[in-house]
Amino acid sequence: MAAAAKAKNAKVPTEPGVSNSIAAFSKDEEVAAFRDMLNIRRFEEKAGQLYGMGLIGGFCHLYIGQEAVVVGMTMAQKDGDQLVTSYRDHGHMLAAGMDPKGVMAELTGRSGGYSRGKGGSMHMFSREKNFFGGHGIVGAQVSIGTGLAFANKYKENGQVAVTYFGDGAANQGQVYESFNMAKLWKLPVIYVVENNRYGMGTSYTRASSTTDFSQRGRSFDIPGEQVDGMDVRAVRSAAERAFEHARTEGPYILEMQTYRYRGHSMSDPAKYRSKEEVQKMRDEHDPIEQVRKRLLENKWAEEDDLNKIDKDIRAVVNAAAEFATNDPEPDPSELWTDVYV
Amino acid sequence: MPIEVLMPALSPTMESGKLAKWLKAEGDKVKSGDVIAEIETDKATMEVEAVDEGVLGKILIKDGTEDVAVNTPIAIILEEGEDASAAAAPAPKAKADKADKDEEPAAEERAEENAPPDAPEKGPGPDVAPSAVATPPKPVIEPDPEVPEGTEMVKLTVREALRDAMAEEMRRDGDIFLMGEEVAEYQGAYKVSQGLLDEFGAKRVIDTPITEHGFTGVGVGAALAGLKPIVEFMTWNFAMQAMDQIINSAAKTLYMSGGQMGCPIVFRGPNGAAARVAAQHSQDFTAWYSQVPGLKVIAPYTAADFKGLLKAAIRDPNPIIFLENEILYGQHFEVPKLDDFVLPIGKARIARSGSDVTIVSFSIGMSYALKAAEELAGQGIDAEVIDLRTIRPMDIETVIESVKKTNRCVTVEEGWPQSGVGSEIVAQLMEKAFDHLDAPVLRVTGKDVPMPYAANLEKLALPSVAEVIEAVKAVTYRG
Ligand SMILES: Cc1ncc(C[n+]2csc(CCOP(=O)(O)OP(=O)(O)O)c2C)c(N)n1
Ligand SMILES: [Mg+2]
Repeated sequence: MAAAAKAKNAKVPTEPGVSNSIAAFSKDEEVAAFRDMLNIRRFEEKAGQLYGMGLIGGFCHLYIGQEAVVVGMTMAQKDGDQLVTSYRDHGHMLAAGMDPKGVMAELTGRSGGYSRGKGGSMHMFSREKNFFGGHGIVGAQVSIGTGLAFANKYKENGQVAVTYFGDGAANQGQVYESFNMAKLWKLPVIYVVENNRYGMGTSYTRASSTTDFSQRGRSFDIPGEQVDGMDVRAVRSAAERAFEHARTEGPYILEMQTYRYRGHSMSDPAKYRSKEEVQKMRDEHDPIEQVRKRLLENKWAEEDDLNKIDKDIRAVVNAAAEFATNDPEPDPSELWTDVYV
Repeated sequence: MPIEVLMPALSPTMESGKLAKWLKAEGDKVKSGDVIAEIETDKATMEVEAVDEGVLGKILIKDGTEDVAVNTPIAIILEEGEDASAAAAPAPKAKADKADKDEEPAAEERAEENAPPDAPEKGPGPDVAPSAVATPPKPVIEPDPEVPEGTEMVKLTVREALRDAMAEEMRRDGDIFLMGEEVAEYQGAYKVSQGLLDEFGAKRVIDTPITEHGFTGVGVGAALAGLKPIVEFMTWNFAMQAMDQIINSAAKTLYMSGGQMGCPIVFRGPNGAAARVAAQHSQDFTAWYSQVPGLKVIAPYTAADFKGLLKAAIRDPNPIIFLENEILYGQHFEVPKLDDFVLPIGKARIARSGSDVTIVSFSIGMSYALKAAEELAGQGIDAEVIDLRTIRPMDIETVIESVKKTNRCVTVEEGWPQSGVGSEIVAQLMEKAFDHLDAPVLRVTGKDVPMPYAANLEKLALPSVAEVIEAVKAVTYRG
């Protein structure tokens, strides 16, 4: 079924509004998606809690609401494909298979964190998991992701660089400079625009002259499609098309229509949108609830099975929080290390 | 009239070359565009085209001659009917021609003319300054205006003082507008523009997309066209995206246009470290901008200085880098309640007078300096604390006057040590006050590392009151 859908969609859509068929998930896929998305949600809820307790400082941008994007993308990705994103990066790290303990300990600035406490929430990396950050400057990761793709092509390793950025970042100049080079050199890169409708307090409609981000590559002849980013199946299907294209032809754009439930960062009261707007999204489009419902309707799982998954995830997240609370701060000598190799 | 053909330059750096080959012989007719010779340098071979019509009357430099200097006459072209003998002694004439055209005096003469009547006297130290071609004119800066006795003082936060300064200036002048990310509907990411959208409307308080390089260029263009933009960077870290427009366009255009095209623009926003926002969001750019001629760089500490200097910055016809500080935004200071409180750009303020040591700082560095001075007073060391307020042009005279009295100096800043603001002060004191110093000047700075995230490391990376005290004790040879 999935294979058939893939074949049918071999033609790359470049017109706006083209609807692409969505391959259904098998039972195992549904369960995996449920687990991976819930893992991110619970982790983020815990991070928010630790922030409130003063254990996490500075900026902390939560991914709650957007889980289907990175989970669906990751389901279509192959070992060795790279990932790069913005400061809203916790979900991407977990999806990349990074250890929640190491991520959480970085959030609390402890020596067991992925950057040994020196990077914090916005700046985390794992060479082992092909996660290239964690970037605090809006738009910077787009050129960097294009460079990862350049290296893939250079080394002829068949890998794709998945480059995530926001609707706000989509207006930065270097995005278009990157698009041009990516197409010119046929680089294996997927640009994933996570359109969560706001860049900080600004609705994408107030910041962008054209709001179909999937078509932002048109002048460079880069194909793109808009995807229901709250439906993990739609994300996975689109991702398969994108990976196929990226590995054989070159750059591809996916606009993921998604939503962030929380404020931009912990200090944002989010007065620029109504409570009703947020509630409606949660009630009608929640990515995790959609999968839960299907699992129950198909009788692929009982309520108890899902609660068990939740319980296991909570245990892992609590252990991560525990570790991140008790792990020591970096040794003062760390101040001077890593400035040069 | 016979016309000289001169040895051409192939590149801006070429001084001489080889005349490889003549392609025309004496007596041949030439018209413009004809290739008459080939010349060679170590880099390339180039053809020499005739630009005039006539007859190749005389070849002055033979084929194969090496090291022919650029502008040496190599041949003479005669008009129809002219005689080669008409072209006698061409070389000196060419030189005379050139001198005639050059109406401008030589560089040294120019320097004399432009030297201001009150050029500063040389310092007491040895004359180590490089022999100057020209001395830059020294602007006369008025002292702070008198605040009339009995003026009411109001407690304002730095945030409110900045907002008031912008609002007052925007009321005065309809050409002033504010733009930046989240400045309008969100009321400013740090709430500095609170209320401005309501008062001045969406035409003058403008939310931009997240496109720093683009909107900075837009601001510069608008300023060149005569408007007076205030461009807010959500933080100065993001202005690195816009560096080219700030330096190459805003700072240099007046000069490059021979004074026609001024750029009255204020770039402002929080600079330096906030709290726990790590390396990419915690950088002090003061020293960077202070290096650039064409920019004025202001980094105040108190709310009154923020207000008076922001008003001055908005009125100033030059591009201004106005560096605020997130941690200072919420701090309260007394501000005189006056209709129009404007302070001079380029004037330091003596925040505390003392006789044993001079501590020079600016922006949030002042909080370390003042706290240290207080503690030092308890230990019998009387420190004078100078708040530079403006970093460029720097009021080094005020620092020198103080050092003449105290003979010791410590600088304090959050930025990195190498080529920092402190380094500049040290260099100037070496040149201008060497004989007044009883100890080497010491710098207290941020550590020479990117800002770490971990709370304990962040504290170590920043300067501290203890470090200032330690430096003061070292220069006063106590403790
Ligand atoms: C160059 C730059 N400008 C401004 C900022 C401040 N900033 C951080 S996140 C953000 C909004 C970005 O929105 P979007 O790209 O939609 O991503 P989202 O936060 O919604 O995931 C802004 C303006 C920054 N970090 N870097
Ligand atoms: Mg967004």
